Amino acid sequence: MKKNTFTISVYTENNIGLLNRISAIFLKRHINLESFSTSESEIQNVFRFVIVVKTDAERVRKIVQQIEKQVDVIKAFYHTDEETIFQENALYKVKSNSLFEERQIQNIIKSSHATIVTVSPEFFVIEKTGFRDETEKLRKDLAPYGLLQFVRSGRISVTKAKMGISEILNTFKNNN
Amino acid sequence: MGTKTKIKLNQGQSDTLNISGAEAVVRCLLEEGADLVYGYPGGAIMPIYDELFKFQDKLHHVLTRHEQGATHAAQGFARTSGKVGVALATSGPGATNLVTGIADAQIDSTPIVCITGQVSSNLLGSDAFQETDIIGISTPVTKWNYQITKASEIPSIIAKAFYIARSGRPGPVLIDITKDAQFEVFDFSYEKCTGIRSYSPYPKLSKKNLEEALVLINQAKKPLVVWGQGVILGNAEEEFKVFIEKSGIPAAWTILGLSAIPTDHPSNRGMVGMHGNYAPNLLTNECDLLIAIGMRFDDRVTGDLTKYAKQAKIIHLELDPAEVNKNVKVDVALISDCKVSLEELNKRISVGTYPNWIARFEALDKIENDKVIQCDLFPTKDGLTMGESIEMINKHSNNDAVIVTDVGQHQMVACRYAKFSQSKSNVTSGGLGTMGFALPAAIGAKMGAPKREVVAIIGDGGYQMTIQELGTIFQHQAAVKIVVLNNDFLGMVRQWQQLFFDKRYASTEMVNPDFVTIAKGYRIKAKRVVNRKNLDIAVKEMMASKEPYFLEVCVEKEDNVFPMIPSGASVSDIRLE
Repeated sequence: MKKNTFTISVYTENNIGLLNRISAIFLKRHINLESFSTSESEIQNVFRFVIVVKTDAERVRKIVQQIEKQVDVIKAFYHTDEETIFQENALYKVKSNSLFEERQIQNIIKSSHATIVTVSPEFFVIEKTGFRDETEKLRKDLAPYGLLQFVRSGRISVTKAKMGISEILNTFKNNN
Repeated sequence: MGTKTKIKLNQGQSDTLNISGAEAVVRCLLEEGADLVYGYPGGAIMPIYDELFKFQDKLHHVLTRHEQGATHAAQGFARTSGKVGVALATSGPGATNLVTGIADAQIDSTPIVCITGQVSSNLLGSDAFQETDIIGISTPVTKWNYQITKASEIPSIIAKAFYIARSGRPGPVLIDITKDAQFEVFDFSYEKCTGIRSYSPYPKLSKKNLEEALVLINQAKKPLVVWGQGVILGNAEEEFKVFIEKSGIPAAWTILGLSAIPTDHPSNRGMVGMHGNYAPNLLTNECDLLIAIGMRFDDRVTGDLTKYAKQAKIIHLELDPAEVNKNVKVDVALISDCKVSLEELNKRISVGTYPNWIARFEALDKIENDKVIQCDLFPTKDGLTMGESIEMINKHSNNDAVIVTDVGQHQMVACRYAKFSQSKSNVTSGGLGTMGFALPAAIGAKMGAPKREVVAIIGDGGYQMTIQELGTIFQHQAAVKIVVLNNDFLGMVRQWQQLFFDKRYASTEMVNPDFVTIAKGYRIKAKRVVNRKNLDIAVKEMMASKEPYFLEVCVEKEDNVFPMIPSGASVSDIRLE
């Protein structure tokens, strides 16, 4: 079957062991995570995992069923890139002298819509939010000037369609 | 979440008690109706054992000889009683020894709660003596687990543990309690858990799907029901019986569905799967409608999925949404407790008869009977067969014993030939295939159904994996009957070696000890049968015993179990020899 990028969104309770439980579901099926991020969601004390995988539609459906089966998981969804708004965040640490000596580097920063987060005598840090190819392009463009460090966050994403977690929580309440 | 009732503990005064975490654990177990726990003490769980000593008139502790035995005993107890089984162990090796039983309970949906001691919270992560990350280890094989580091968490977490273990699709829960939390004194009060907001154990039946299912059922010309343990776990035996009787649809069982209806029920067409019966396996690929009830299309049932029931419409009655469309794509899913969905179907299905279709079963049954069953049950050769041994147990138990089996040839033969007259009578390790399961599980099965005869049927290989539980049987006088069908081989593996590895018997021959002497060493009555003429009286004597009893039946060494669907082959490729 055709492999695609899917964004899995998981709404959960705040339980210390849950990360382990969710990652075990992928491990057992030999599925590599492209990226993973977690934070509190729009509802206080409800957490949201955003997991990106490359797999086929059939497998992602089964994985989401297994995730949703976990007691502390409120609801899990999967979406294609077209169904979500997503971004990644990247930080680039560059030697300061290149900023002053190489005029070109200022043009790169400007044209890529990156921002300078901090500048010190030894180094400066650039931040760029965007799609993978955008943060990747900036990395390639900066590489000739000596990248001291580079780091990219996991994908964060919101869906175009409604999630309705509060409604789901209410239904659970009424069913129980 | 429903209403929660506070339980008064100190009548007339307040509703809280100032007690230690350890005492709270015992009180929580009592509040959950547990009066029996299986376990093994050790350093990190000593405060709880100290409380068990004080509460011994209310909460009976069964000392198994290995922690694995405690989990299997808890499983056996759960399977015959329908209640939650409880196992206790200390940290480190005590906890890791539970894992096989937990994994077995997970795959066979058995409700158990395991409580492990853990090193004090200040030592967590320091590689302290007998510290192990049992939460990490048990995560993939538990329905839920949790580590308690404060006594105040004990009541709510244990309440949650029992609720999760028994509700929805049941399963094992592990609670790890640090030693300092066991010592810590706090104000105790208990509220039963009646709901968890992120957990919806009983999905609502879709009316639309129900209508679709009814159309398919009422139109079918060659329908087949395959039922599993869901019927037993959902206490839906009566609804199921009405369903097959009213619809007239022939029904076959998976290994864990066995005993949900009496074996001699006219709609019962035998077992599906690798060593199941000829007719239901072959006709799976001929039926026009397959109605799967409380079963999960395990590979041992389906064989090659690409050649499984492709011609049929499929209706799946299943409680766990994750099981639907997992292995087999279904046409209609009735996601709900099957007690509910069967009840709804029963109101609306037509009364049916399928004489031509059932004649197909009868014709194939005859072939299997002539080629396999006669030779198994009424052999003409000298050596004893496993089949005739099971038949003798049927005879002397009036088809009414709880049959506990281990894993291997004896298990397949026992499940094929044992006869049952009531539900919750078949206790076996189905999904995980755990050798060593039967002996400790039989202890729990007997304690879960003390008025019933419990016969453990075990091979010589699996018996020796947990043979030390003879000590538990003697100490607690669990009146189980133990039958070892001894062929001095790991018979099932040997059978595969014979059929698929050109008879290269790599490490399957067993040089066995004198099992009768060993049983007698444990002060259990014991006998050995070698000849057919002695089998009848030996089984009769065993069944008549009021005490634990061991019987070794020396059977033919190289008999095979047939029918057989070779691993990975289609159900249509079932072989009779």
